[in-house]
Amino acid sequence: MSIDKQDVQKIAHLARLALTEADADQYQQSLSSVLSLVEQMQSVNTDGVEPLSNPLEMTQRLREDIVTEENRRDAFLANAPQTEAGLFLVPKVID
Amino acid sequence: MFEQSISTLAQKLRNKDISSVELTRLFLARIAKLDPQLNSFITVSEQRALEQAAAADILLQSGKGTSLTGIPVAHKDLFCTEGTLTTCGSKMLHNFIPPYESTVTSRIQQAGAVMLGKTNMDEFAMGSSNENSFYGAVKNPWNLDMVPGGSSGGSAAAIAAGLAVAATGTDTGGSIRQPASFCGITGLKPTYGRVSRFGMIAYASSLDQGGPMAKSAEDCAHLMQAMAGFDEKDSTSADKPTDDYLANLNTPLTGLKIGLPKEYFGEGLDSKVADVIMAAVKEFEKLGATVKEISLPNLQLSIPSYYVIAPSEASSNLSRFDGVRFGHRCDDPKDLLDMYTRSRAEGFGTEVQKRIMVGTYALSEGYYDAYYLKAQKIRRLIKEDFVKAFEEVDVIMGPVAPTTAFGLGSKTSDPVAMYLEDIYTLSVNLAGIPAMSVPAGFADGMPVGLQVMGNYFAEAKLLNIAHQYQQHTDWHLQTPTMAKGA
Repeated sequence: MSIDKQDVQKIAHLARLALTEADADQYQQSLSSVLSLVEQMQSVNTDGVEPLSNPLEMTQRLREDIVTEENRRDAFLANAPQTEAGLFLVPKVID
Repeated sequence: MFEQSISTLAQKLRNKDISSVELTRLFLARIAKLDPQLNSFITVSEQRALEQAAAADILLQSGKGTSLTGIPVAHKDLFCTEGTLTTCGSKMLHNFIPPYESTVTSRIQQAGAVMLGKTNMDEFAMGSSNENSFYGAVKNPWNLDMVPGGSSGGSAAAIAAGLAVAATGTDTGGSIRQPASFCGITGLKPTYGRVSRFGMIAYASSLDQGGPMAKSAEDCAHLMQAMAGFDEKDSTSADKPTDDYLANLNTPLTGLKIGLPKEYFGEGLDSKVADVIMAAVKEFEKLGATVKEISLPNLQLSIPSYYVIAPSEASSNLSRFDGVRFGHRCDDPKDLLDMYTRSRAEGFGTEVQKRIMVGTYALSEGYYDAYYLKAQKIRRLIKEDFVKAFEEVDVIMGPVAPTTAFGLGSKTSDPVAMYLEDIYTLSVNLAGIPAMSVPAGFADGMPVGLQVMGNYFAEAKLLNIAHQYQQHTDWHLQTPTMAKGA
């Protein structure tokens, strides 16, 4: 299984990763070799096998829909690259 | 002093032969002297350690506390520690000071242990050699030209070199057991859900599990006593009472049924490693165990299954690193998309970006069934192999890794070759069962770990088995030359 450079750029866009041309060359090779490695799955007959997503086959616990956390706005803002007036600041989205 | 067990140190602290502040200073001094050679710590939290040690001494004065009170330990830099830098081995989190404490570190702290610092690791726990850390590779204390294993390589190296009494690690595909094997220490990956994942920076949520790393099984049991148990903050935490991990350490092994999977002893296993493992199995026979060959026929498929499931879950988990709320943000973003893509490309290393892209591809439209769903079906086949095996035997033994620690830089050019080295550890995570690495000897001067795999929630049994072996062998008591005389 191999993928071309265009595929790599498409995947990188979906993953929100900026790749240079040189990066894309490198990842084309390394992604292709991982995809070849996982290709051997396709030769296994898994008809009638249920997928296993949780090893203990547990379902997610639910809780009452009530506020359990205290407001720690300042503590959480402290790690942000840019804040203003108690809000996270990002580049302008709407002109 | 640095080589002593938690039980011995706890007794000394209680007898006032030494104070926790003195013990903590001793370890801080060892870190200052020896760690420049190893690079096993990303952060040394000297002030926090001395404050906790002073508090422990007050508690001990009044005869209170647990066996961990005043004992200096280290935490893998993947557990969020409130107020102390937590990087996950990544440039992405080079400035991240968690506003909250993980359940594991919180419980160990409540038990009175002293946190010396945060240990080095492969970036976001992705790697088997600790060479993927943004903060530099860790060296193996047994030979500074060798890797310590990964991803919990810093924790393993720190314990082997006597820079911490014990440490935490996490294991998604072998990240506790393989470095434990390479560094000659004892490590336990518990059953999925036994130890809380709250505050652990997520790699692959259906596989990740925290666990103890220490010189001996008994020391691991002391840590498990504090770490394990239900946590309502972890949505997949097992709501099931914990065992007393110390109570049954001395149960004799008479009648123990050991299974040796023939797939663990085939092509690819270094013959000197095989000799060490078989000698260890003989030792168990002397202790009254019986041995039987078994089969785990789908073992080979654990590699493709894991390298789809883990990257897929990683691609989802790591989407939170967007340069908005925490972590690295690129300079002068021209718009939102530019900020996301450049922040992530600059903040993540090559291996992490690769796994994110593999996962993104496997989950993308048109490929989901062929990759992610297929991998989960194979995951069930792998689990069923273990379920069937445990109808016949009590535990399964084999090597942790096909070889001893390899040379720094020797496998970095061919990452897929490095993935193949995980063959004996991945299936345990896919099935969610507990497993240990127990020091069992040396091959060409480097440690070899015996892997002991148990049924769901059989941690107490595994610790008992490893402890009995350690009562009759002294492999776990060996100290590398670089750690002596310091």
